[in-house]
Amino acid sequence: MEEAKNTSKDSEPDDPAPQNNFLSSAKDFFLEVSLLSNFTLRFFREVFFPRYEFNELIKQCYRVGYRSLPLVGITGFIMGLVLTIQSRPTLAEFGAESWLPGMVAVSIIREIGPVITALICAGKIGSSIGAELASMRASEQIDAMQVSGINPFKYIVITRIAATTLMVPILVIFSDVIALFGSYAGVNIKGDVNFHLFFAQVFNILKFSDVFPAVIKTFFFGFAIGLIGCYKGYNSNEGTEGVGISANSAVVMGSLLIFIIDMIAVQVASLFM
Amino acid sequence: METTLPTNTDQPKNQANVKSAEMALEIKNLQKSFANKSVLKDISLTLTKGENLVVLGKSGSGKSVLIKCIIGLIEPDGGSLQVLGKNISELDDKGLNDLRKKVGFLFQSAALYDSMTVRENLEFPMRELRMKESERLELVKEALTNVGLAEAINKMPSELSGGMRKRIGLARTLILKPEIMLYDEPTTGLDPITSKEISQLIMDIQKRLNTASIIITHDIACAKITANRILVIRDGVCAAAGTFTELQASQDPWIHSFFEL
Ligand SMILES: Nc1ncnc2c1ncn2[C@@H]1O[C@H](COP(=O)(O)OP(=O)(O)OP(=O)(O)O)[C@@H](O)[C@H]1O
Ligand SMILES: [Mg+2]
Repeated sequence: MEEAKNTSKDSEPDDPAPQNNFLSSAKDFFLEVSLLSNFTLRFFREVFFPRYEFNELIKQCYRVGYRSLPLVGITGFIMGLVLTIQSRPTLAEFGAESWLPGMVAVSIIREIGPVITALICAGKIGSSIGAELASMRASEQIDAMQVSGINPFKYIVITRIAATTLMVPILVIFSDVIALFGSYAGVNIKGDVNFHLFFAQVFNILKFSDVFPAVIKTFFFGFAIGLIGCYKGYNSNEGTEGVGISANSAVVMGSLLIFIIDMIAVQVASLFM
Repeated sequence: METTLPTNTDQPKNQANVKSAEMALEIKNLQKSFANKSVLKDISLTLTKGENLVVLGKSGSGKSVLIKCIIGLIEPDGGSLQVLGKNISELDDKGLNDLRKKVGFLFQSAALYDSMTVRENLEFPMRELRMKESERLELVKEALTNVGLAEAINKMPSELSGGMRKRIGLARTLILKPEIMLYDEPTTGLDPITSKEISQLIMDIQKRLNTASIIITHDIACAKITANRILVIRDGVCAAAGTFTELQASQDPWIHSFFEL
């Protein structure tokens, strides 16, 4: 029965063969942008009004945040370690090895930490949200919520977007800290810098203007990851086949959006600092 | 609950005829098309309180679309839909949600929430009602007992068989004691014994709660047990209507073929 339904849906005529490929893909692009904008607007229209789904929010925060700690921690450590090892020869050429901790810390906290962690989250969290929502759509669970008089957008979408918006910054800070320990390990492979000296050098160089904009932009990263995952999953309409498509496009579009936000954030931050 | 309803399948209909004012559902000239493909062309039907209406039709004839229009999951292109005296298209979000709490919908796929236990699944429709934890649990247990699955309360949906999922789905829909029930193929994919149990359950619900029901089915045995009246949809219009025996005796070979075993 299910199968019959799916095939009948698939066999439905798509748009007639496109006359002009460029025009039709441009049309698709603008259609996608307008749908996504609508989805975002709906989020802001509904997020401030009750009913608030706190229990579900906590559950999602646990899933998004706590469950990602090991992955984010390991990648953070490797990131700090590798960056330190790679930077050492260049600095040594200038006889500036003592700058190593500070320089690595600045690049991790300003740029590499937030972006790498956000990309990992787009891969882990974005795809799982996309797949989960798409399978809820395919198995009519979203319709079932609606039918029982409960707003599925509030229960499913808003809680997940809120959870990623709140948790990704925490994951980034966690990863930054672990990366600094990784860097400390990297420094001590060849040199001998004690713990106090290392962190004294780091905090000597780090300024408020390094940390603050970097943390602010991670909220936008988190929002983008949740938004794209939910948008792709919630609007999936291709049955079970849509699950893979949604997960995949959530990662692709989420990662792209992270770079775009990063670019905008650099411009905006340079206006103020 | 304690209304004394006749057990005989023919009687609710007669009773309904007497109190013709008690209309649960009235659909006039409903139309719906998807991407230039007309699915429902002109459907009109009425459903009185306490009546079981079985809808027959070929696969893909738009039966699911019809009942999804009734609950507002699909917006019709034309026609009017009066559900419990309210015009669906004129309701705002809140009105629609309030109405939906009085209408139960059993999905073709049961649509249990995968990430929740059976108990959480059943509690979900009640989450906006103010009630004590213990009362909630009582209702859940009662609903599960009614479908004969009291022991499944702490299971996850993935641990259940297809028939059990259907019954849990039914329990979840019934927990709010709906005034109208919409069943989308309640017995499809089940063995004859379980099918019969579900059909009996549908009759039981009609008796206990005096619900008006629309039952979509391909299962003629289920139709025979549950139907007070049968409606056949063909090419987006109502092709025939009548009681089981009337339609079974139909001269039209197409309609008759539904009733062949
Ligand atoms: N959301 C949708 N978008 C586009 N077309 C749809 C949609 N829902 C249903 N259809 C189309 O409407 C037609 C009727 O579908 P419907 O699910 O109502 O059939 P049905 O009578 O319930 O069949 P079955 O007995 O197999 O469940 C199908 O051709 C289907 O392709
Ligand atoms: Mg159907």
